[in-house]
Amino acid sequence: MQIDGSLIAYLEDLSCLTLSEDEKNRLTGDLEEILGGMARLGELDTGNVPERSHPFDDVNAFREDETLPPFDRELILKNAPNRRGDVFVAPKTVE
Amino acid sequence: MLNMSALKLSDAVRAKKLGVAEAVRAYLDKAAGNGHNAFLTVDGERALARAGAVQARLDAGELLSPLAGVPIALKDNITTAGVRTTCASKMLGGYVPVYNATVVEKLERAGLVVMGKLNMDEFAMGGSSETGAFGPVRNPWDVSRVAGGSSGGSAAAVAGGEIPIALGSDTGGSIRQPCSFCGVTGIKPTYGSVSRYGLIAYASSLDQIGPVGQSVEDCAALLSVISGPDEKDSTCVTGKAFDFGRDIPEKLDGFVIGLPRNYFGGGIDGAVRQAVLAAAEELEDAGGRVEEFEMPLMDYVIPAYYIIACAEASSNLSRYDGLKYGYRSASANTLSEVYRLSRSEGFGLEVKRRIMLGSFVLSSGYYDAYYKKALQTRALIKDAYDGLFKRFDMILSPVAPTTAYRLNENVDDPMKMYMGDIYTVSVNLAGLPAVSLPCGFDGKGLPVGFQLIGEAFSEKKLAAAAMAYQRRTDWHTKRPAGGEAV
Amino acid sequence: MTWETVIGLEVHAELSTKSKIFCGCTTAFGGEPNTHVCPVCSGMPGVLPRLNRAVVEYAVRLGLALGCEITRYCKFDRKNYFYPDLPKAYQVSQLYSPICRDGRLDIEAGGQAKTVGIREIHMEEDAGKLIHDAQGTFMDFNRCGVPLLEIVSQPDFRSVGEVTAYLEKLREILLYLGVCDCKMQEGSLRADVNLSVRRPDGEFGVRTEMKNLNSFKAVGRAIEFERLRQIKVLESGGRITQETRRWDDEAGESFGMRSKENAQDYRYFPEPDLLPLRIGEDWLEQIRETIPELAHQKRERYVRDFGLSGFEATVLTGHKSLSDLFEAVSERCGYPLEAARLITGEIMRLMNVTNTLPEDLALDAGKLSALVSLMMEGKINRNAYKETAEAVFMSGADPEAYISEKGLLMVNDSDAVSEAAGAVIAANPDAAADYRAGKTKAFGFLMGQVMRKLGGTANPDAVKKILKNMLDN
Repeated sequence: MQIDGSLIAYLEDLSCLTLSEDEKNRLTGDLEEILGGMARLGELDTGNVPERSHPFDDVNAFREDETLPPFDRELILKNAPNRRGDVFVAPKTVE
Repeated sequence: MLNMSALKLSDAVRAKKLGVAEAVRAYLDKAAGNGHNAFLTVDGERALARAGAVQARLDAGELLSPLAGVPIALKDNITTAGVRTTCASKMLGGYVPVYNATVVEKLERAGLVVMGKLNMDEFAMGGSSETGAFGPVRNPWDVSRVAGGSSGGSAAAVAGGEIPIALGSDTGGSIRQPCSFCGVTGIKPTYGSVSRYGLIAYASSLDQIGPVGQSVEDCAALLSVISGPDEKDSTCVTGKAFDFGRDIPEKLDGFVIGLPRNYFGGGIDGAVRQAVLAAAEELEDAGGRVEEFEMPLMDYVIPAYYIIACAEASSNLSRYDGLKYGYRSASANTLSEVYRLSRSEGFGLEVKRRIMLGSFVLSSGYYDAYYKKALQTRALIKDAYDGLFKRFDMILSPVAPTTAYRLNENVDDPMKMYMGDIYTVSVNLAGLPAVSLPCGFDGKGLPVGFQLIGEAFSEKKLAAAAMAYQRRTDWHTKRPAGGEAV
Repeated sequence: MTWETVIGLEVHAELSTKSKIFCGCTTAFGGEPNTHVCPVCSGMPGVLPRLNRAVVEYAVRLGLALGCEITRYCKFDRKNYFYPDLPKAYQVSQLYSPICRDGRLDIEAGGQAKTVGIREIHMEEDAGKLIHDAQGTFMDFNRCGVPLLEIVSQPDFRSVGEVTAYLEKLREILLYLGVCDCKMQEGSLRADVNLSVRRPDGEFGVRTEMKNLNSFKAVGRAIEFERLRQIKVLESGGRITQETRRWDDEAGESFGMRSKENAQDYRYFPEPDLLPLRIGEDWLEQIRETIPELAHQKRERYVRDFGLSGFEATVLTGHKSLSDLFEAVSERCGYPLEAARLITGEIMRLMNVTNTLPEDLALDAGKLSALVSLMMEGKINRNAYKETAEAVFMSGADPEAYISEKGLLMVNDSDAVSEAAGAVIAANPDAAADYRAGKTKAFGFLMGQVMRKLGGTANPDAVKKILKNMLDN
């Protein structure tokens, strides 16, 4: 698996990260080695083996349609790095 | 008192031979030193207040659990209302949750006293408790060495006598391996038997909270407190609550124990091989029948595990965006800067490495070759175990190929680090229970552990075998600097 | 050379469940910012989702109503992207196994019947609301986790007329099923439009997607704008780029979004925090039983069983409150035809003059059925019928009471009629002579005189018979 700068940049975008040059250099090597190891799965014949995303086969875990008492808004906003009144604040998303 | 098992401590408390506050104070003093950097937060005031409340309930004759009055500390990825919960990350350095994890509610109902929060690898990503933002955990047996991870703080605190019992979490071996490195006992419960509500997610389909303690008895007692269905966790609605009696079978007659021959080939330390095989003989002497077999798919468990874990992690950790809680970069102005700078400054390198890996294996063009393939491999591994448990009551295996290595020895070699999980990750992929037990020491005087792996929800059978083992051996009672448990 | 427009729709319907899809917060519209929010829907670390059973049942109900194949074993998937209105930075949705597939909706546009294919219906969670001003963007999570059904059509539309007919029919079905209140102004029904143009029977063109369409009118205008834009580009030798465009209803045009937002790689994967769904035969049947008769089914039944005209049937099923009233009235009086005529005629007229909306209609079916019966049993004539209907509509009058009070009961008593007829003949000898001389016109005049003498309440047939006899002999 050949990792180049543009792939690293693409993964940075998907991951919402901006790596330092040093980090980029280290991760380029690491990813190449690790993904190379992961590619070993290609050796396995998994033709029509079902994909297992859960350890077990349980199904249908439901809540009934009932409302719970409202949660204290102050607690919802308690850890907000930046709030104005009762809303969270982000930099403008539209110019 | 500091050497008492959790159950004995509770016995003393409930027999009024010892006050809850007295017990808590003793451990607060011990933890204050924090010589192993096992604690990230010690909340003495709150703990003493809780101690008072528990004492009152005991004095009022309220029937509490066999662990009532016992101080406990939690891995710092378990949410505690009003108490800082950091995941050992700068990202959550100042984060104070507004709700309690289900396990915390259960501990309080049972009358245990939460005394503090324990160090770990950042967001539980690592096998040495060195990736955290607040310094590495040191191994009580040799402070120049790692305690293992990611629940290194839990294992070190128990081994160092700083807490009688603790909670950790196990995603790919994160309870079992540090227990093995620190010479203590731990249980990785069946997936779905302990609620994950309030466990800050690393890999949702693999994570499981479990006990770390001085003996299987203590761990089993704690597991019966925290296990059971929870309407807040969809994956824990069929989970059963375990109730282990304190009765220990004398003999293991009829137990068939599988021994994976290929786990003992190249790559494993001689001392580890020796100690684990000796443990197998011990169980044979106890009446069990040991049969060797070839563990299938051994070369594929590490790739499958890291693909699935990193994929889920890359999504689970996307919520840390500097907008709602957690770290927000001071130098960020635009929205994209708030996202990218907060995350880049807030996360450590190992976390970034796994997020990048996860983004890759899920990205269009690579999904089928990596993620889909890993899910299919997971199915094969699960089927393989199902087959093995038709032949065996349990499987006995090493926990890690080595004993505790030196601090910084492997931090720059992620691949080597990942290979250290070779014996543990398949258990999580299949959702199985496993117990990790001390079984000796290497030439350097470092603890060695082994694990017993059972089929889903066979905790009681595993505990029985483990208890039998610990009745016949005293490895689990050894403490660093000669301090013996009683 | 002409162009053909090819349109596909993605309709988002907010479900009218009490609680959100994965937590116990209310789905009520509006509310103070962040007051309908809990740790789960605001994506705090460590929380887990719990699926609302009603969401699955609503989805299956709609799927059955649209003739879909129900996916018996399905899962939720995570759609990953960063945006401030999405607190977890992923939306729980369904990509790999939507709960409903391959349905159809029959519409009629421009006199043409047409079947529109439904590709799939999937369940997902709504995002929060962002408020923008000069200082920045403000995040209100009240709407986070409100359950949505996304109804994806096949690219079967060729005109705005077809699109509008489809949306109206779909809206009607959602309302009759009671799964969505369809208040577009509150955003509980939203549409995205996928549009391309091509030469007739040529290859499909490159399509663009227009989001943010909150009214049927906006949908129509956006389609017209985009159709012309694409044709202009193509005819000037340009090429259409596949992109997402945001419709600005004020400006009356759509704008392409930055390409970065277009080139999205959502990294969908199965949601590990939720278990898969298995929908068994029994459960499916239980849900099927909760499906009420839909408007188009009522329409067919009214024509088939009651002999109503297509027009009457359509008017009555145009709103649930009208069809409910009609069924209640005809049920009680047993004269469906006349009940339909009364509601589509006099009642609708009164609704218009008083600007009464169907949903506000508060009419006692008992009184209306009593009125219909009185008329059908010959107790009152048409004039009295109309007058009484108005009284019932305006003041909720009781028909019997009103009629006797106003003396509107029809006179069938032949003595009274003969007496009046005799008097009229005596008072109008010329007219009587004219009639006897064969001038049949005069009969109408005499007839009117008798009716007037009897105060308009007489049974015209009786008057005619008696007057004729007296004149002929």
